[in-house]
Amino acid sequence: MSPKLPVWAPGREGYFGDFGGAFIPEMLHETFAELRAAFENACDDETFWQSYVDVTAGYGGRPTPVTFCENLTRKLGGARIYVKREDLNHTGAHKANNVMGQGLLVQRMGKKRVIAETGAGQHGVATATMAARLGLECTIYMGEEDVARQHPNVFWMRQLGAEVIPVTDGTRTLKDAINACLRDWADSMADTHYVMGTVCGPHPFPQMVTYFQSIIGQEARAQMLALAGKLPDRVYACVGGGSNASGIFTGFLDDLSTELVGVEAGGKGIETGEHAARLAGGKGVPGVAQGYKTVFLQNEEGLMQDTHSVAAGLDYIGIGPMLADLHEQGRVRFESATDQEVVDALRLTMRSEGIIPALESSHAFAAAFREAPSLSDDDAILINQSGRGDKDIFTVADALDDEGWKTFIRETAARYAR
Amino acid sequence: MNTTYSSTLEASLRKRQTGKSILFMSHVVVGYPSLDANWAMLEAMDDAGVDVVEFQLPFSEPIADGPRFVKANHEAIRAGTSWQQYFDLATRAAARFSFEIVLMGYYNSVFRMGPERFCARLAETGMKGFIVPDLPVEEAGELNGLAREHGLDPILTMTPTNSPARLAEIGRNASGFLYCVARTGVTGRQTDLSSEVGSFLRRCREATPLPLGLGFGIRSAENVRQAREHGADLAIVGTAGTQAWEEGGPEAYSRFLKSLAAATA
Ligand SMILES: Cc1ncc(COP(=O)(O)O)c(C=O)c1O
Repeated sequence: MSPKLPVWAPGREGYFGDFGGAFIPEMLHETFAELRAAFENACDDETFWQSYVDVTAGYGGRPTPVTFCENLTRKLGGARIYVKREDLNHTGAHKANNVMGQGLLVQRMGKKRVIAETGAGQHGVATATMAARLGLECTIYMGEEDVARQHPNVFWMRQLGAEVIPVTDGTRTLKDAINACLRDWADSMADTHYVMGTVCGPHPFPQMVTYFQSIIGQEARAQMLALAGKLPDRVYACVGGGSNASGIFTGFLDDLSTELVGVEAGGKGIETGEHAARLAGGKGVPGVAQGYKTVFLQNEEGLMQDTHSVAAGLDYIGIGPMLADLHEQGRVRFESATDQEVVDALRLTMRSEGIIPALESSHAFAAAFREAPSLSDDDAILINQSGRGDKDIFTVADALDDEGWKTFIRETAARYAR
Repeated sequence: MNTTYSSTLEASLRKRQTGKSILFMSHVVVGYPSLDANWAMLEAMDDAGVDVVEFQLPFSEPIADGPRFVKANHEAIRAGTSWQQYFDLATRAAARFSFEIVLMGYYNSVFRMGPERFCARLAETGMKGFIVPDLPVEEAGELNGLAREHGLDPILTMTPTNSPARLAEIGRNASGFLYCVARTGVTGRQTDLSSEVGSFLRRCREATPLPLGLGFGIRSAENVRQAREHGADLAIVGTAGTQAWEEGGPEAYSRFLKSLAAATA
């Protein structure tokens, strides 16, 4: 069943309440018009959603299961804990859904090259697989700092045939990669599509990416009814740009008894200033950048601030306009989790359930673990595991200060040095 | 646009057009390489007979700029360039030099300052308008209305990718002059100023009677002559000026401006 757009479709000019819009250089005006038309046309086509579901099944491995975590439930001693397993998508994260959807649009528009920004590298890898499969040229922009901390993903993107360009300006992270894509696109739009990886940027990206990711919530709602015999009382999702959160939340927006909780990166603690919590800490203020209006971490003269998170995919200044609006409406509650809480939650999840969440996803686990004990065993909570953690091996091994790993790295380095 | 509105910027450009075959606009990123260097640049511009100068207000996410200006924005920010310093420089320059001054910047600066305060500050400073490349006409209604109340012109861009209908819409909303972008992409790269630019400027001309500025990739006296031959009223030089300063210092910068100015006679 194709998702009901009206529940969460933006209003005039792509606005969700006060947020959204399209603040784009005139050069891209016709390109966005073309994209909006292609997307609207696809949404009106009754076969399109099914063709999307088919690709996510045949290539991506959907539907992903919901797993009941009995051991965690027992250990924490409160609500029953369920996990939506987006880590089981091809390439290991929810990013694959959006990429397959936009891939279908690229085919409808007849473009032959794709570009994408990536933070953690998950969206870059997913885009590179799609490009390889559809025979498209592919260029991925990635902040130099992220290239350094997510090198395994850089390796895979290049193996898949993508060109990876490290972005050396600004803070050298996700936001700078988005700027680089917008600049590339202002030149290449005739034959190139920009595969925005999250629910940010100019209209129609927030709506379009939410549309594709809504498959998560659609599945999860039915799975919870079947497995838990009820809707979840709370749904937790980590929030970088906000695509996995938007995807799962849209499944429950009309279920007012289900509380929706977005979890942002608390980094080293909100009080240290080294974090990426825009809403949870009340530090973000409305602004316009990267083509859209939302709540940004910026100073009093509108300059964007440095952000920090142990999870590259959450290290971002802005947030999807739909989520900013749902926050303002009080429909979504925002929390944050610190780097330390996240590593602890990851360790607990691995040991208890044999599940390895990505550092990004572990933020949702950390917030859920904080709250689960105070709920009753009649309550059910659902955590969106946006991705798998084995991609984070360098960061996690570092955070866990694992001796065996360090020895392996030293020996490998010595072997290459010979 | 309100038909009773009369633009002092347009009137000034019209007056400057007598005795010149094309007008000359140049660019400074305020705070880069330093406020003192900016002042030396402005003296050189005035000396060379530049007609209009864009004062760029640095922003952390300059999506319409190429690498050289991105770096200039970020270094100006790192040096701590504030709104106050920006307006102080512009105020001094407006009092001292004969060129017209317009602001170039991104919409977040306007939004955070507040459109009313933004317009009031520009007007007090003696600036004549602003170029905000990430603010399309759909989103500009309030700001552009306020601007004209303060005697400021929102300078809109026309680009080669725009359809005739879109150019006409931009034309209906424009005042002062138009910033016609010679090619796709961002600032700072060479442009082939061949016949395609001519047909683009003809499309712009059909959409508006206002003066047409041509920018992106104008780097030499030869390019200024080409802009003039294609029917531009104003040659806009950005990155090439900054590059001349970076590579050769004040003297090279001055020589560069004078060589381009010679082609405007
Ligand atoms: C596994 C995983 N989860 C979450 C995110 C954050 O993105 P979003 O908030 O758009 O879901 C990323 C981004 O790279 C990711 O790789």
